[in-house]
Amino acid sequence: VPMPRPESFENPPMYVAVMTYLGFGIVTLFGYFRDFLRAVGLEKCHIAREREEQKDFVPLYQDFENFYTRNLYMRVRDNWNRPICSLPGPVFDVMERVSPDYNWTFSLTGKTIDDVINMGSYNYLGFAENDGDFLKTVADRTQQYGLGVCSTRQEMGNLAIHEELEQLVASFLGVESSMIFGMGFATNSMNIPALVGKGCLILSDELNHTSLILGARLSGATIWVFKHNNMQSLERLLREAVCSGQPRTHRPWRKVLIMVEGIYSMEGSVVRLPDIVALKKKYKAYLYLDEAHSIGAVGPTGRGVTELFGLDPSDIDVMMGTFTKSFGAAGGYIAGKKELVDHLRSHSHSAVYASAMSPPVTEQILRAMKCIMGLDGTTVGQARVHQLAENTRYFRSRLQEMGFIIYGNDDSPVVPILLYMPGKVVAFSRAMLKRKIGVVVVGFPATPITEARARFCLSAAHTKAMLDQVSTTHFELDS
Amino acid sequence: MLFIDYSSAFNTIISTKLRTLGLNTSICNWILDFLMGSPQAPAYHLVLEGILILWIIRLLFSKTYKLQERSDLTEKEKEDLIEEWQPEPLVPPMSKDHPSLNYDIVTGPPSHKIIVNGKECINFASFNFLGFLDNERVKQKALTSLRRYGVGTCGPRGFYGTFDVHLELEDRLAKFMKTEEAIIYSYGFATIASAIPAYSKRGDIVFVDEAACFSIQKGLQASRSFIKYFKHNDMEDLERLLKEQEIEDQRNPRKARVTRRFIIVEGLYINTADVCPLPDLVKLKYKYKVRIFLEESMSFGVLGEHGRGVTEHFGVNIDDIDLISANMENAVASIGGFCCGRSFVIDHQRLSGQGYCFSASLPPMLAAAAIEALNIMEEDPVVILIWFRFFIFMYDLVNKYFQIDSYSAVKSVIGEVYAPALHLQLERSSGSRDTDVRMLRSIVDYCLERQIALTLARYLDKEERFLPPPSIRVVVTIEQTEEDIEKAASCIREAALAILK
Repeated sequence: VPMPRPESFENPPMYVAVMTYLGFGIVTLFGYFRDFLRAVGLEKCHIAREREEQKDFVPLYQDFENFYTRNLYMRVRDNWNRPICSLPGPVFDVMERVSPDYNWTFSLTGKTIDDVINMGSYNYLGFAENDGDFLKTVADRTQQYGLGVCSTRQEMGNLAIHEELEQLVASFLGVESSMIFGMGFATNSMNIPALVGKGCLILSDELNHTSLILGARLSGATIWVFKHNNMQSLERLLREAVCSGQPRTHRPWRKVLIMVEGIYSMEGSVVRLPDIVALKKKYKAYLYLDEAHSIGAVGPTGRGVTELFGLDPSDIDVMMGTFTKSFGAAGGYIAGKKELVDHLRSHSHSAVYASAMSPPVTEQILRAMKCIMGLDGTTVGQARVHQLAENTRYFRSRLQEMGFIIYGNDDSPVVPILLYMPGKVVAFSRAMLKRKIGVVVVGFPATPITEARARFCLSAAHTKAMLDQVSTTHFELDS
Repeated sequence: MLFIDYSSAFNTIISTKLRTLGLNTSICNWILDFLMGSPQAPAYHLVLEGILILWIIRLLFSKTYKLQERSDLTEKEKEDLIEEWQPEPLVPPMSKDHPSLNYDIVTGPPSHKIIVNGKECINFASFNFLGFLDNERVKQKALTSLRRYGVGTCGPRGFYGTFDVHLELEDRLAKFMKTEEAIIYSYGFATIASAIPAYSKRGDIVFVDEAACFSIQKGLQASRSFIKYFKHNDMEDLERLLKEQEIEDQRNPRKARVTRRFIIVEGLYINTADVCPLPDLVKLKYKYKVRIFLEESMSFGVLGEHGRGVTEHFGVNIDDIDLISANMENAVASIGGFCCGRSFVIDHQRLSGQGYCFSASLPPMLAAAAIEALNIMEEDPVVILIWFRFFIFMYDLVNKYFQIDSYSAVKSVIGEVYAPALHLQLERSSGSRDTDVRMLRSIVDYCLERQIALTLARYLDKEERFLPPPSIRVVVTIEQTEEDIEKAASCIREAALAILK
């Protein structure tokens, strides 16, 4: 088993935390002041209002629910939802927006900012491409099949190409069988309830994605949260679960399911898979691994975290992943033993009530996966996987040399850089766009209040020159 | 009062002795002053303080006591428990010939002439109402989009996943439906299932029709609100529930002022193929101050003069409906869904709709196909009128066959005259759902043999709140000719006679 690569999560220095809290405090006070001005009528109110005919209905939104949106988010929301008008490749064209009234409304000027370096899209292996040759089969399928399917998998929507893709995914991952779904988010929210229910226990990592949390809630099982990637916390909960049973009645739990992700997209950390597999075997729990960001992006041949740690795929009970990130398409899959997949074919909410995957999207995944596996006769796929690993190593070491605080594992292509203060984060994003680099910034409430960050997503399609330009610009901006 | 005088308690300390111990003079003086200068104190005061100090010392050193901890389990016992515990298998065992395990395989496109299990059939099972699945114009627009944008968007709407195509589609949908704003989701099921929990939270009240589809049920489950079901399309039952709620409100007016209320109905119900009485609902809305959410997946593109859905069909002002949600996977023959309404309502979902914020956006080629489908719908509304005729024809035909037959009324047709997706149910159930399902399946197989593609309406038996009876789904689309419909009707009749005798 290869040694796990180092991970680092430095804590912010004290003065930074204090300044951040102070900053938020001041902005909140201002917010109350402005609300007062709006109520009194001294300030123009831009917010949409309820209809006259429905003014005496119970208000649809409570004032405090929208406080954050009105007063804090509105001022800085030009950093998100930036529309683009080209392929989301290594460079893209961002549409220019202006706002005459401090971001309450936007209008497009019609001009575009061309050739912005794309450090925000999840394009790990560079399959977001529009080359006519590469996309020939996709175009053929569109011509032959059309776009939609107009039915569910169990009714008239089970196409032969879906079954072909399912077999390919199973052989890609090295498992017995797999099933595909039309949406990555829905793969989690519609299948977890089919696997666990009342009387079962879910042990979920602190930083799990919303789709996992929604699926766990909809299932009706009890949810206990363990600290992020912390094996002592997990073991303590497992012991407690097995020894004490369900709360109050002390009946034994029907099943225990551990839910983790391969790479956590906000932290850039990689799950401690060998430890978790050892724990799960000891306590007879089941493991649900969500490889949304790690499939195709880590591992010597792009097979995900199981390959990265050299584990046997049959040790993972439920392998889930999405096709949006590394394969440049849309949708998700669940793979594992044949009994598991057969159960999902008849009990998954998606198979019975939701539309099947669109044929051109299926073809795109087929061709991307064949490319990575080398089944199309070229080594393009393998080259891309290596290129991504190269780019990750190079970019991280450069930023570390320059003295930035980076989070996460050295192997993960997601690179979060801590900026802490909300004002800094906003200024950073705007300044980078001026210098034709598109980055993603995240702050409260997606991250803890003192840990606002910028996140770079590397791609195999980025050239060394682009990475150099990004790191030097970052360095310039910081100083 | 008993007093204890201390001033003479330490008389016997000789100051010189202290000095010989090596203490500094000033310290000695300070100590002597302290000891001699102690004030007189009542006895009870000292006793109480003494007891208090002893109690504090006891508390500090005693073990902490937790009520929940099973402190009697030794390590060995824990190890034994861990070894003995046997969880259930991850999935329960399933028989190989479980009916929902074997899917019908469609080779090639699911268009009008569909190849099911190797046999070419006429398609009466896909929701391709307006025939856009085969439409050349739609395909060409999608190909142009493919050549420009590739396939996937590689990100959610907030992080460079917003394309100009998405903005255009939202704009077009809003204009088509004559509302202020529209918002797109990348999957039809996730649309209403994300919209409901964005507005209705714990403590709010939702009145839902019993025949509501599964995605509405999941949305309600995620919202954690109080759910009150009223009988299908029964306005009196709904009014009864609303009156009860009104009485409840008068008992607790403060709580009533912050409890939001919603009615959720579908325009054309997928489970029963009939229409909701929208004008009556709007009257109830203003009488009891409840907001209406309308799910129009089946009726979008189908009902109304221009295909705008059940609001156009009944002539209701669209601003009276707070939210209209529909998926683009039926009439529009693409993938995805949208919600439309006033900006005041819709804009909230851009930050609170989970399926919008936390999921990748719709692939641009699918959005482009939807735009083109909308274009065609706007250009040529006559398209809508044409298949009205077909539905009525189909409905009459099936009814005609079943009325004149002596073995008549073995099956009944469920659905409105102008519903594009009908259900055929057994008139008399055999008593067991499994047997009914098997009989209906043999009818479907019989028809597949004779080149008519039908399907059983599928449900999750254990998950549905009000499980509809087993039925065969028959879909009428614009591409079917009159001969096709006659052939299908006679085939179904033959099958019924052969199998249900």
